[in-house]
Amino acid sequence: MSEITADCDDLKDGATVLLGGFGDTGVAVKLIDALRELSLSNLTVVSNGAGGGEYGLARLIKSGSVGKIICSFPRSSDSKIFEDLYSAGKIELETVPQGTLAERIRAGGAGIPAFYTATAFGTPLADSKEVRVFNGRHYVMERAIRADIALVHAATGDRWGNLTYRSTARNFNPVMATAASTTLVEVRKLVDMVPPEEVITPGIFVDRMIEVGDYT
Amino acid sequence: MKLSSGDIARYVAGDISNGSYVNLGIGMPMLVSDYIPEDSEFILHTENGMLGMGPAAAEGAEDWDIVNAGKQAVSILRGGSYFHHADSFAMIRGGHIDISILGAYEVAANGDIANWLIPGPRPPAVGGAMDLVAGAKQVWVMLSSHVSKSGEPKVVESCTLPLTGVGCVNRVYSDLAIIDITVDGPLVTAMVEGLEREDLQAKTGAILNFVPKCEILKSCKNEV
Repeated sequence: MSEITADCDDLKDGATVLLGGFGDTGVAVKLIDALRELSLSNLTVVSNGAGGGEYGLARLIKSGSVGKIICSFPRSSDSKIFEDLYSAGKIELETVPQGTLAERIRAGGAGIPAFYTATAFGTPLADSKEVRVFNGRHYVMERAIRADIALVHAATGDRWGNLTYRSTARNFNPVMATAASTTLVEVRKLVDMVPPEEVITPGIFVDRMIEVGDYT
Repeated sequence: MKLSSGDIARYVAGDISNGSYVNLGIGMPMLVSDYIPEDSEFILHTENGMLGMGPAAAEGAEDWDIVNAGKQAVSILRGGSYFHHADSFAMIRGGHIDISILGAYEVAANGDIANWLIPGPRPPAVGGAMDLVAGAKQVWVMLSSHVSKSGEPKVVESCTLPLTGVGCVNRVYSDLAIIDITVDGPLVTAMVEGLEREDLQAKTGAILNFVPKCEILKSCKNEV
């Protein structure tokens, strides 16, 4: 796995890292392990959750590489590693509504610096954010998320970087692939060519890819 | 008499129009899928990227690439589809989901809802709740009990817990009544058999209005 992370300038201390996946589904666990082995510090991780069990993101957090998490649901039955550090004040948390999180990443990938959404208006998660009224309704300004690195898990990929995903293992992966300076992808299977009609992430968004097999 | 959670789910399912796109929250709202009338098709949306969500996967036959918002292994029905998170939340935030059905700690007379956070030491987690209440065409709340364990009303004049959304709830289904949230406040349209208006008002923290002839809600002993 070390070849995919070698000589990548965006893998650095303080980097912002997008991690695809929802719960344990569609998570690039092998790439997260490769990232952990670099022993970087003060990473900002953007992910739907804060990791469960003792693998993947939870293990990255335990290694001390993560300074901040931006996510929608940092709690699960087994999110003890994150919660212990959070309680001890050793990791920063920004809780973001799930749709706002997806849209902030989408905007980042599409060159949109900020946008307005009705989500979270009047709630604590809109505190101190700019509010505007359009057509009589209140909207909160949210800023785009751009990252240094995205770690994506896909089903198949070809040498042009075209990707497919399998069922709900798609989740955040295609959105995150668009919003990082360097997008690293683990694919279950490298194929000769993804048929153009079946491409979900066009190769323009992909920088490096590695085949990991069907380990999930 | 009180309704069971299954009874409440049966009444909710009976009020959903054939062909509706529906998002069921984690927990009690998921019971609604057990009571879809035989002549109706609801297309269930799960925010992690699927329309046409089917029943839970059979034990031993789970496919962990096919999960719902509660991270449980489920199935997909004929005509279903998969999509990424930004598309999934465009469906929610763009007003394409007909009904979002959620649980709540509190619902206020003006339709405010608090259902995501009881302040405490654990990290605040919101998931998709704020998107759903702000974006769905209709927001229905299911309350397994009209009052909390300590007897406090859950339908209140104004919420005391951190809000999930403002002025967004359209209807509340509890074990005692069905209440529409209107511009004039809560309007009771149905009550359980034998309950008097004064009894319901005593268990409610906001002033209730009543339709002239409330429907009578009955418990069904033959649970599915």
